[in-house]
Amino acid sequence: MKLNTTANIPDRDGFYQDLIDSQRDMTDEEASLMNCKLVILLANHIGDREALTEAIRLAARTARAAART
Amino acid sequence: MLKTYQYPEFGYVRSPEQAEGKQVRHPVVIIGAGPIGLATGLECARRGIPCVILDDNNTVSIGSRAVCYAKRPLEFLDRLGCAERMIAKGISWQVGKVFFREKLSYQFDLLPESDHKMPAMINLQQYYLEEFLIDEIAREPKADLRWKHKLLSIRQNDDHAVLTIETPDGVFTMEATWVVACDGANSDTRKMVGGDFVGQFFQDRFLIADVVMKADFPTERWFWFDPPFHPNQSVLLHKQSDDVWRIDFQLGWDADPVEEKKPEKVIPRIKAMLGENVPFELEWVSVYQFACRRMKDFRIGRVLFAGDSAHQVSPFGARGANTGFQDADNLGWKLKLVLDGNAPEALIDTYTEERAFAADDNLMNSTRSTDFITPKSAMSKRFRNAVLELAEHTPGIRPLVNSGRLSTPTPYVTSSLNTKDVGDWAGRMTPGTNCDDAPITLGGKPAWLLNQLGDGFVVLTFGEAPASEVKSGGVSARVVTVGKDIEDTKGLVAARYDGRPGTTYLIRPDQHVAARWRSFDGKTIAAALKKACGQ
Ligand SMILES: Cc1cc2nc3c(=O)[nH]c(=O)nc-3n(C[C@H](O)[C@H](O)[C@H](O)COP(=O)(O)OP(=O)(O)OC[C@H]3O[C@@H](n4cnc5c(N)ncnc54)[C@H](O)[C@@H]3O)c2cc1C
Repeated sequence: MKLNTTANIPDRDGFYQDLIDSQRDMTDEEASLMNCKLVILLANHIGDREALTEAIRLAARTARAAART
Repeated sequence: MLKTYQYPEFGYVRSPEQAEGKQVRHPVVIIGAGPIGLATGLECARRGIPCVILDDNNTVSIGSRAVCYAKRPLEFLDRLGCAERMIAKGISWQVGKVFFREKLSYQFDLLPESDHKMPAMINLQQYYLEEFLIDEIAREPKADLRWKHKLLSIRQNDDHAVLTIETPDGVFTMEATWVVACDGANSDTRKMVGGDFVGQFFQDRFLIADVVMKADFPTERWFWFDPPFHPNQSVLLHKQSDDVWRIDFQLGWDADPVEEKKPEKVIPRIKAMLGENVPFELEWVSVYQFACRRMKDFRIGRVLFAGDSAHQVSPFGARGANTGFQDADNLGWKLKLVLDGNAPEALIDTYTEERAFAADDNLMNSTRSTDFITPKSAMSKRFRNAVLELAEHTPGIRPLVNSGRLSTPTPYVTSSLNTKDVGDWAGRMTPGTNCDDAPITLGGKPAWLLNQLGDGFVVLTFGEAPASEVKSGGVSARVVTVGKDIEDTKGLVAARYDGRPGTTYLIRPDQHVAARWRSFDGKTIAAALKKACGQ
């Protein structure tokens, strides 16, 4: 595993609040576009091709499973 | 329409074999005189194979087709004697601009590596390219180009095929040891021998307009995503020769191809783009749907498929003809060795092995570009727009913008003709890779490395060579010594080939690396030569 799946974000509640607050006044469309930008920026920051693939697979697999329930 | 170019009409000539009614066996018969059929014919003839090229028509490619030719195909065409004319007539460009909605997102410079004979890319109408090839064939006694010869049917035998051909004088038959089908994406030959052609049709249509205008737009490639003059779609503007500009309008799947081609529909679209006051005339207009598909095997019995008949790609990245030329490059020397009995027929099967590998690479690249240009879902469109918006202010994101990737050759890294590397090597010249060009001095005059490679196998060595050739069976490889036969004046041969004293390369007739070593050993080279001949 190249993807770090252990807790790694300092000030976790602050980060989460930041994320939610940044989209508070957005329509769903605006927020979706912003999420896309965020994915692209963070992916570029990570830059590790294997870690990115693992993250894509993990997110996709769990999204599908969750959508089925 | 059509203001700048007069289509030539080539005369039909009755062949002696049809006149005399005798069935002649030819080593190679090529079906189709498009760019790939012409290049294959010329390539075979230059290698000494007498060949016949048949075309059902009597002129060059009509309408808007290929525009961009990349470096490796130009190097191949240089070997055939056409590239210098193409470059003189064509347009060179280096700067590309990407627009998103109403503004410039960013611009880029191709910045090609210097010290190569051929440029990274030129733009030229396909009909000029075909004309130049036809001129060259006229000077080549071993290539026999016959217009108004239509293939009607084909019968396969173990060691040859029998072709039924229709001409203005009626129907006759001829035999071919090998047939090369270069009759395009809708290949009749492929249907006649039951070849498959599978892949993906894109649910989108494109209006392709060639426009004559004297406007002083710079010679750059401009690509718009979702511009105000053509909302929700993409547009491409590119310059060709003779003040002809290529404009591609993405239309979407619902567009009516017949309506969209009408000048009363096309002209307002172009005016909206160029402005009311830019005078222009339409030269040619067509509506295309693009596809990405290929045959599973490029050989069926005695028939080999090259160019669009074997694989079709969407034009993003200009891969169609570019990759087709590399098919011809790959096939010519193999046919020659097998026809002369110097290599087993198994060598012919490495044509599919290597070129289907390249076709998959091309299909993948052009599918990726198409997915970026035509997102298939609302979410992937959002990702696409996110990339485009970020690109304006965040240079690091720009490489993700995909409006077509420059066609580059696919190294045959997994080819069974390669001999595996031993030891440490720097640079990109791994076995299976096309040779990099480099400036050299030859007989006191400036020259190019690639022009010294390609008429047969070559052993390129840095330092003292104990022999002037290496042999395996009936095949020999000429030794070229850097520092003796050619001077590496700028040191770029050594730099590009990681050449140290003793370094030795075995180079195939199609200017691809077969093997390399840190010292010259005749026996080892001979073994690699045998392997490169499919044995
Ligand atoms: C809009 C557009 C833009 C493009 N841009 C580029 C680009 O920028 N760069 C690039 O590399 N490629 C580009 N391409 C692709 C390029 O045009 C093709 O890949 C190329 O023409 C293929 O050449 P070909 O010789 O395989 O087939 P074709 O050019 O299709 O030639 C086939 C020939 O076979 C003949 N024929 C057919 N049936 C028979 C028969 N039964 N008997 C005898 N003769 C027959 C036909 O008359 C024709 O002359 C573009 C294509 C399009 C449509």
